[in-house]
Amino acid sequence: MSALAEAEEDADTPARDHWSLLSQGAEARVYGLDLCGLPAVAKHRHRKAYRIAALDGRLRRDRTLAEARALARCRARGVPAPAVLGVDAARCVLYLERVPGPTARAFVDANRADPARLGAVLAALGGAVARLHAAGLVHGDLTTSNAVCRAADDVVLIDFGLAGASAQVEDRAVDLYVLERALASTHRDADGLVAAVLAAYAAAAADAKQVLRRLDAVRARGRKRECFG
Amino acid sequence: MAALLADNLPVPPPNEALLALGIEGSANKVGVGLIRYVPATGAYDILANPRETYVTPPGTGFRPRETAQHHQRHVVPLVQKCLREAGVDASEIGCVCYTRGPGMGGPLRSCAVAARVLARLWRVPLVPVNHCVAHIEMGRVATDVSDPVVLYVSGGNTQVLAFSGRRYCIFGETIDIAVGNCLDRFARVLGLSNDPSPGYNIEKCARDGKKFAPLPYVVKGMDVSFSGLLTFISQNAPKLLAGGYTPSDLCYSLQETIFAMLVEVTERAMAHCGRKDVLLVGGVGCNRRLQAMMAAMARGRGGACCDMDHRYCVDNGAMIAQAGIFAFQHGSRAAWASCDCTQRFRTDEVEAVWRRPTET
Ligand SMILES: Nc1ncnc2c1ncn2[C@@H]1O[C@H](COP(=O)(O)OP(=O)(O)OP(=O)(O)O)[C@@H](O)[C@H]1O
Ligand SMILES: [Mg+2]
Repeated sequence: MSALAEAEEDADTPARDHWSLLSQGAEARVYGLDLCGLPAVAKHRHRKAYRIAALDGRLRRDRTLAEARALARCRARGVPAPAVLGVDAARCVLYLERVPGPTARAFVDANRADPARLGAVLAALGGAVARLHAAGLVHGDLTTSNAVCRAADDVVLIDFGLAGASAQVEDRAVDLYVLERALASTHRDADGLVAAVLAAYAAAAADAKQVLRRLDAVRARGRKRECFG
Repeated sequence: MAALLADNLPVPPPNEALLALGIEGSANKVGVGLIRYVPATGAYDILANPRETYVTPPGTGFRPRETAQHHQRHVVPLVQKCLREAGVDASEIGCVCYTRGPGMGGPLRSCAVAARVLARLWRVPLVPVNHCVAHIEMGRVATDVSDPVVLYVSGGNTQVLAFSGRRYCIFGETIDIAVGNCLDRFARVLGLSNDPSPGYNIEKCARDGKKFAPLPYVVKGMDVSFSGLLTFISQNAPKLLAGGYTPSDLCYSLQETIFAMLVEVTERAMAHCGRKDVLLVGGVGCNRRLQAMMAAMARGRGGACCDMDHRYCVDNGAMIAQAGIFAFQHGSRAAWASCDCTQRFRTDEVEAVWRRPTET
């Protein structure tokens, strides 16, 4: 382990016997483990040595709790998301149901030559986002890495650290805008992928017309944003 | 200076020695730089790079009209100074590069006119350059880091970029005001000096800060937002100052918060596109605290943060010449009529013809 990764360990770091590292993301390490016979993951938001302790502690705790809250609401409202098995707010660890399957990112890239499977996964993703919004939530970081495919037509949303309660058209449109840009920066020929996701969203979301109209405005704002150097 | 970068395509024939002049003036600095390409070594050397900055009194920002007049006053003497310092005769120059945008209209136009006149006078091609791409290319050459994630932070721009396909793609950006703009406006609230720059004075002031005031922290995906934070700290400044916080504490709290946001989205972009190195460019990139935070983050990912020499981090003419010479060497030719300038010019509009295209 590098000196710095070491520095990100602290007294609060959970004991990790029988944990195996699944992913080292930007803000958390995700471990696979077995929780009383259930396949689970532990998502540990470790210390970030680059920011001051006061800010670091606040961000990690807030996001851990925000994620737990949003996931609980998802479960209650039928949004496909992993079940929360436990919350260790002091250590900033979340224990979640382990969803079997590849990320949507990997699934899309592996199925570029299979229009039926590709169409199914994009439709499932759009549908999941529509259900999320109908539950009064926005995700805040929609990407194809933050969705796991149990099957081509069964997509589960994950990574709710930036999620929040909102039913605002603007917030929903920004959620879609983030997803659209993530698709464009992750996959080649993304226009078709975006169109498929938005079509599924439009078919499933009650106020889709308004949200998509606002999405146009958000896009235009994005293009105009560049000012001077 | 570094040799030809690993991710660049070989310079196509005739691959001969070339001198490029660059003129920059998109914001409050006007600069003229000369770059020489040496075919034997593949090196790009900066021969001279003089600059003038339009500094306004404390509590005020620079306006387009006065800034344009400042640039008009200085551009010709700067060209003369540049040639003199470099010991170069105008007849040796192979192309004139200028900032096409993005930037403030008047200042951009003032420098574009100067560039047109020189190109006509010397009978050489004119090369329009994107200001943001210029920062990146200067950074790549200066640090010899060929394919980094780039955080471009200045008075007018806040972008997280990486090369993908044939362009620099914007992975994240501000959804409202630029980080430098946020710092400058808060410096005005505190009445800090604009000399040499408001951001520099905030950095100096922040060094004595101890007490951290919690501020709004807004990250959405790989995007950031500063306007809510600026409104909050500006409106609450009198109350905080009366309640035991010093101006230094506020500068410290502001820096710690906004830099943490920037480092976080940069790290997200690095995780997203699997890259280990970061390049920090733009005026705010001169900030030592931001450099230290970025370096700590990059080290944790097994990479490095290459800060540019501060002489190049700030807007200057050589960086325009650097991006221009790349484009020119790789066959990019602009029709005279298309050599205009524009306030809006997104980084991802430019095809980086000098770089080896990648699979996305
Ligand atoms: N409940 C789960 N079931 C199965 N795999 C999961 C689960 N949660 C997370 N993962 C895996 O771990 C990866 C990272 O998870 P997550 O996105 O929550 O963490 P993160 O650190 O916020 O990631 P990043 O910062 O890269 O977005 C996911 O892409 C997925 O592969
Ligand atoms: Mg994630």
